[in-house]
Amino acid sequence: MTLEILGITVLGMFLFGYIIVASIDFGAGFFNAFSTVTGKQHILTKVIQRYLSPVWEVTNVFLVFFFVGIVGFFPKTAFYFGSTLLVPASIAIVLLAIRGSYYAFSTYGGLKHKRYTILYGLTGLFIPASLSIVLTISEGGFVRMEGARPVLDYWRLFTSPLSWSIVVLSLTAVLYISAVFLTWYAHKAKDEEATNLLRKYALIWAGPAIITAAGIIVEMRTNNPEHYKGLVSLWWLFALSVMFFAGSVYFIWKRQAYGLAFWLMVGQFTSAFLAYGISHYPYLMYPYLTIYDSFTNESMAIALVIAFVAGLGLLLPSLYLLLKLFLFNKEYVQGKRDDHA
Amino acid sequence: MGNEDSVLLSRILTELTLSFHIIYATIGVGIPLMIMIAQWVGIKKQDEHYILLARRWTRGFVISVAVGVVTGTAIGLQLSLLWPHFMELAGNVIALPLFMETFAFFFEAIFLGIYIYTWDRFENQKKHLLLLIPVAIGASFSAVFITIVNAFMNAPQGFDLAGGQLVNVSPIVAMFNPAMPTKVAHVLVTAYMTSAFVLASIGASRLLKGSDHLYHKKALFLTLKLGFVFSVASALIGDFSGKYLAEYQPEKLAAAEWHFETEEGAPLILFGVLDNGNVKYAIKVPYALSILARDLPKAEVIGLDQFPKDEVPPLYIHYLFDAMVTIGMVLTGLSLIYLLGTWLRWQFIVSKWFRWLLVLGGPLSVLAIETGWWLDEVGRQPWILRGIMRTKEAATSSGQVDLMLLLFAGLYLILGVGSVVVLIRMFRKNTVEQELADRASLKAGERYDA
Ligand code: HDD
Ligand code: HEM
Ligand code: HEM
Repeated sequence: MTLEILGITVLGMFLFGYIIVASIDFGAGFFNAFSTVTGKQHILTKVIQRYLSPVWEVTNVFLVFFFVGIVGFFPKTAFYFGSTLLVPASIAIVLLAIRGSYYAFSTYGGLKHKRYTILYGLTGLFIPASLSIVLTISEGGFVRMEGARPVLDYWRLFTSPLSWSIVVLSLTAVLYISAVFLTWYAHKAKDEEATNLLRKYALIWAGPAIITAAGIIVEMRTNNPEHYKGLVSLWWLFALSVMFFAGSVYFIWKRQAYGLAFWLMVGQFTSAFLAYGISHYPYLMYPYLTIYDSFTNESMAIALVIAFVAGLGLLLPSLYLLLKLFLFNKEYVQGKRDDHA
Repeated sequence: MGNEDSVLLSRILTELTLSFHIIYATIGVGIPLMIMIAQWVGIKKQDEHYILLARRWTRGFVISVAVGVVTGTAIGLQLSLLWPHFMELAGNVIALPLFMETFAFFFEAIFLGIYIYTWDRFENQKKHLLLLIPVAIGASFSAVFITIVNAFMNAPQGFDLAGGQLVNVSPIVAMFNPAMPTKVAHVLVTAYMTSAFVLASIGASRLLKGSDHLYHKKALFLTLKLGFVFSVASALIGDFSGKYLAEYQPEKLAAAEWHFETEEGAPLILFGVLDNGNVKYAIKVPYALSILARDLPKAEVIGLDQFPKDEVPPLYIHYLFDAMVTIGMVLTGLSLIYLLGTWLRWQFIVSKWFRWLLVLGGPLSVLAIETGWWLDEVGRQPWILRGIMRTKEAATSSGQVDLMLLLFAGLYLILGVGSVVVLIRMFRKNTVEQELADRASLKAGERYDA
């Protein structure tokens, strides 16, 4: 394995980790707001807040990790993506700030306003939408060079069916991932009512999630034939993904093994993510940037990999402790303990 | 919009974000240590007051961390968005500490989540205190790592430039640059100092507002003891920072001290104003600058005459330097007087006007942090990487920085006002007296159950 591949694998792991944990967080915020509007707040809010409050910061660090890591392993991305993404990324930052401040001011600080809760819920949809632009422009065709400077073509971006499909995919995926996880969580909390409602959401969003994902592949055919060819040659990974999907929907439908259903869903997204990533290789941004011409020097790469391994040695036990105390602790999950400072 | 504009606007936006972030970041670095000390004293002395002190500080701390995380994410992304050329180069040489910083955040975030949600979970309070140690280590190490990046900007090394290409990169040599020891030490110690004075300021204002509870007196005494220790350390390490500058960045020291001609036995200029290149109303301390810079009254100190005009930093950094040093001296004196006064039972330290001075200590130390950073960053101009890359070569070419500046200014206004309002509400609604009574009755109830 070359250092380049090792680097992109490390980053891929963190990106994927962020996609899963952030989707749970974003979706949960949205369901929470939705239940406030529809008067079902009493059913959902407790379960959702119990899970979200201790872990939201950890979720955010996954993102920081990814963007710091990519500048470390592939410094040229700072130039290409940094120069073009000023506006979309700034908007995402502001939306993330609204989210973070909700935890600070509402959950910890006791400032409760219905409008604030709704705003917070909506950021759960807008953040994935604005972050998904990064994926879109990496497909190529949206950035052109004016002399030595890369410029983002907003008109093309906003009129391209591909970019809108990716936005829709990000939304359906967020809601689906989140609903599947929270069904499991609510079930563990022995909260019958919440389990039923969240199970319903999971089933509602399952169809749209898989349809939009398939739609992207079709879009790619006209937009980026090279990438499309790569995707098609990895058909078996997509087949695997669909099997995982069918499995998790089956268990949720049958009201069985919600935990297994969640892990099957993770399997579904893992295989699709792998297929997407492998077929994107070696490009970071078509056609300007590959992982080879943007790679850092060897000594930095080795230093980063060593730091990464050492860091994981520290983090994995700590993450395990966090999950053990909050996610897998019966008394906490069921709301029998509340030891907030 | 031309490139000139986007350079200026990018600078203003970076300055704004960092100046805002640093308030929450500094408090976030220092307060875990203060909580740890209070909780430890509480467990040792079996004194409910100190335990409650730790608990109430923790609640406030969580708010400042959340705003720190949010604004930190902003600055982290903005570095790439506003300074793409700089980050491309920096990514090649100094990415290692940036990367390690995220591990420090991770570590801190995980244990902070655990710490705040397990307050009464453990029989043995010491176990709960143990969970705070990783939080304090994570917070301090994120400051260490980010400060190393900043030290590198001031004293870049660990690579060679051959025809515009980076060769012989050594991440470790880049990290251990000459600016790093003094800078890291000064930043850490001043963060502890600031946190102590900010907490003292809260204690003093409660005492002023009519509550005469022993709890606040204990809080004030503890925080000012710590504040005194850390302010002495800040001044000492600050002196080393000056010596570092004399050796490696003489133009910054010369501009900060209005030292125009290279000379032996240089005097130190305190305060004063600059009028057409003439220093007026200043206090001149003979030989002091030579002593400060090189330990010897007769030593030579390099002046601004040794540098081309376009490499001299703005001269207004003198005011920033004076403000920082004056605040440091005043706060050292103030905390010393309070401590002596407590031991020797001087009456005036419980008077209204003295408590008002203590209330001022918090905002003043935050101001010292701000002026210190402005001194450091503006004093590096015109360089973004001293001697290697100029600030104007590093900026984005985007034409939309002006809109983003407005967007972020609005955001910080809301976050700033929001966090102050929430903090005040939180402590007003739940008074110390009330909470102590609640806990006492809870304890009594437990005894009754058993
Ligand atoms: C509570 C805050 C505080 C206080 C009381 C002081 N400082 Fe400071 N100082 C800082 C907070 C700070 C800082 C914010 O932490 C800086 C900005 C950049 C840095 O490395 O530390 C800084 C930078 C800084 C620098 C510039 C370093 C550089 O650019 O590389 C010097 C020379 C000093 N300090 C010297 C002093 C002296 C002689 C002090 C005597 C009392 C002092 N400081 C008190
Ligand atoms: C010396 C000045 C600085 C100090 C002491 C400092 C310290 C901190 C602290 C204590 C936090 C809260 C971390 C947490 O609890 O999770 C934080 C957040 C953050 N800071 Fe700073 N910071 C400084 C400057 C910067 C700069 C210049 C950057 C940009 C590279 C930066 C990037 C970040 C990021 C990305 C976060 C969010 C991390 C998260 O999501 O947990 N900081 N900083
Ligand atoms: C957190 C405390 C900090 C504050 C308050 C601060 C303040 C400032 C100020 C006032 C400027 C504008 C200087 C000018 O243009 O005249 C600036 C520029 C800048 N700072 Fe800092 N700074 C801090 C820490 C850092 C750190 C730790 C880094 C590096 C990781 C950093 C990176 C930059 C960059 C890239 C610029 C823009 C280029 C330049 O003007 O040199 N800053 N900062």
